[in-house]
Amino acid sequence: MWAMAMKEFRQMRRDRRTLAMMILLPVLLLVVFGYAASFDVDHVKTVVVGPRAGAVAAALPERLEVVRVAPGKGREAAVEALRDAEAAVAVVTTDAGQPQVLVDGADLFSARSVVTELRGRPGLPTPEVLFNPGLETSAIMVPGLMGVVLVFVGTVATALGVVRERQSGTLEQLAVMPFKARDVLAGKLLPYLGVAAVDLAVIVAVGVLLFDVPFNGSPLVFALGALLFLFVTVGIGVLISTVSETQGQAIQLAIMTMLPQILLSGLIFPLQAMAPGVRWIGYLLPLTYFVQVARGVMVRGAPFEALLLPLSMLAVLGVVVFGLALARFRRDLAPSGRHREHRPAGHDQDAAAPTRAGAR
Amino acid sequence: MSRATWGCEGLSVRYGPTVGCEDVTFEVAAGTVAAVVGGDGAGKTSLLRALAGTVRPAAGTVRRPDERRLGYVSAGPGVWTDLTVDENLRFAGRAYGLDAAELDRRIGELLERTGLAGASDRLAGRLSGGMRQKLALAMAVAHEPDLLILDEPTTGVDPVSRAELWRLLAAAAAGGAAVVVATTYLDEAERAATVLVLDRGRELLAGTPDELLAATPGLVVEGTDRPRGVPSWRRGARWRAWSPDGSIPAGTTPATLDLEDTVIVAQLAQDGRRRAAA
Repeated sequence: MWAMAMKEFRQMRRDRRTLAMMILLPVLLLVVFGYAASFDVDHVKTVVVGPRAGAVAAALPERLEVVRVAPGKGREAAVEALRDAEAAVAVVTTDAGQPQVLVDGADLFSARSVVTELRGRPGLPTPEVLFNPGLETSAIMVPGLMGVVLVFVGTVATALGVVRERQSGTLEQLAVMPFKARDVLAGKLLPYLGVAAVDLAVIVAVGVLLFDVPFNGSPLVFALGALLFLFVTVGIGVLISTVSETQGQAIQLAIMTMLPQILLSGLIFPLQAMAPGVRWIGYLLPLTYFVQVARGVMVRGAPFEALLLPLSMLAVLGVVVFGLALARFRRDLAPSGRHREHRPAGHDQDAAAPTRAGAR
Repeated sequence: MSRATWGCEGLSVRYGPTVGCEDVTFEVAAGTVAAVVGGDGAGKTSLLRALAGTVRPAAGTVRRPDERRLGYVSAGPGVWTDLTVDENLRFAGRAYGLDAAELDRRIGELLERTGLAGASDRLAGRLSGGMRQKLALAMAVAHEPDLLILDEPTTGVDPVSRAELWRLLAAAAAGGAAVVVATTYLDEAERAATVLVLDRGRELLAGTPDELLAATPGLVVEGTDRPRGVPSWRRGARWRAWSPDGSIPAGTTPATLDLEDTVIVAQLAQDGRRRAAA
């Protein structure tokens, strides 16, 4: 028995990455859960419109953080502010009588806290919940979960597909074939993107038909967001594959990139409820922006202009991650740089750097 | 016009602090087979990879044809195990830009020549070692390359398949290709036009098999019992020994020299020089 335990321990010690994951991951999870795991939204962004906006804004409870006061605007502007995710609560004042309180049902936890607070106090107006009137969890979880599925297909499947090529030794075979690195990568990824697209269509259908998730916005904007997001996740998959020797290592790394995305993207815990020290990590993760786009389009029916920020962030992340991935992949595939100096005929010649050759 | 020659001059390959090969000069002419011989870690794969362009040399120059005129079989399986024989060949052919008609013609020809015609629908992962290597070779020659590089294609392959693989290599050379093949089997190397023997990344011997045999120092002898006082090794049921000064130890007779003896002698002489230097 001891011989077996010693052998196992020796192997474990060599596999530093697994060891690090076994020791660091629980610590990471604890810290993240500790700081991020909160459903309690202390401050809810609020806009106040209508003739008495100024006075009403001043009288609002502290947890309603007023981000804009617009006395000249009406209910339409208030709904727009919610739809565009500028605020989670909009107060519409009139010349006389009680103001109306509109709540964004897509911002589930903010909405729930506000609704509970207002309903509990007699004399205050009854809030009107927009977009997700039943405050259904599934309506906001399903769009976000689509992102998780795309992360899974994009990152895990891609990383495994590329590492399999390396592990089986066929990557070297590809390296000598007259392909450019970007052709290999594009050809390799196209089928995964296809599968992910089919996957996405199936999830949307299941979400809408089975869970009654609304689809209020433009399918085109949603498709654009999904495509940009896939671009990033697939890029992460390729990056993982370039630093993994085996499929096991690739899966470990993929899990390590997936967990923070699931926990810190606002998918489960609202970003506003997180400690600032953890929240900024959320703003670096692609799933954060996909969740915003998916919920925005599906639940709130937000137009393209309202989602410009998350869409742009996905595009930027895509360019950065994919650029890095392509650079690393190219280095793996064509170390001698043959693929860059493509000559129509004749022969190729490799020469070492002159300084090193001369120093020999 | 002189025949095209490919190869390297003063080639060094390093992986971080590890030396793959050091200051190796090597040449192979079109229409010939050159063998690269050496034990594990001798530097064969480093040399071949640098020739194929999958590693960048730390020093020296490499001369190879354009990548579309190069065929390479790596030391790995070299085939996609979850594709069929036919799908593997089709992928290789299309990668090198063969059109549909040319591809069909070449695939038919290659399946016939490699004896894989009956297995064209079989997954490459289900092939025997010998058949898999034949498939890898067929894929590497599908586009009729000018330079064909093979990293130990016959290691772990049964003798019949080995012979067949060499027949295919010879056919590729007869068709005009320059063929470089790494091997640990010296009987195979004897069939090559030129032989490069590597040891610890450096050239130990180089030349035609006849030149190498002729240049073997001292005398190789054989006998039924192990000779005393001289370095000796088993060959089948008998013993062989190297007599550096050419004398014939008691109980032995001069042996018919082959490449295996030559390489062992070169190795022994090298070890002797190293010991003397240390």
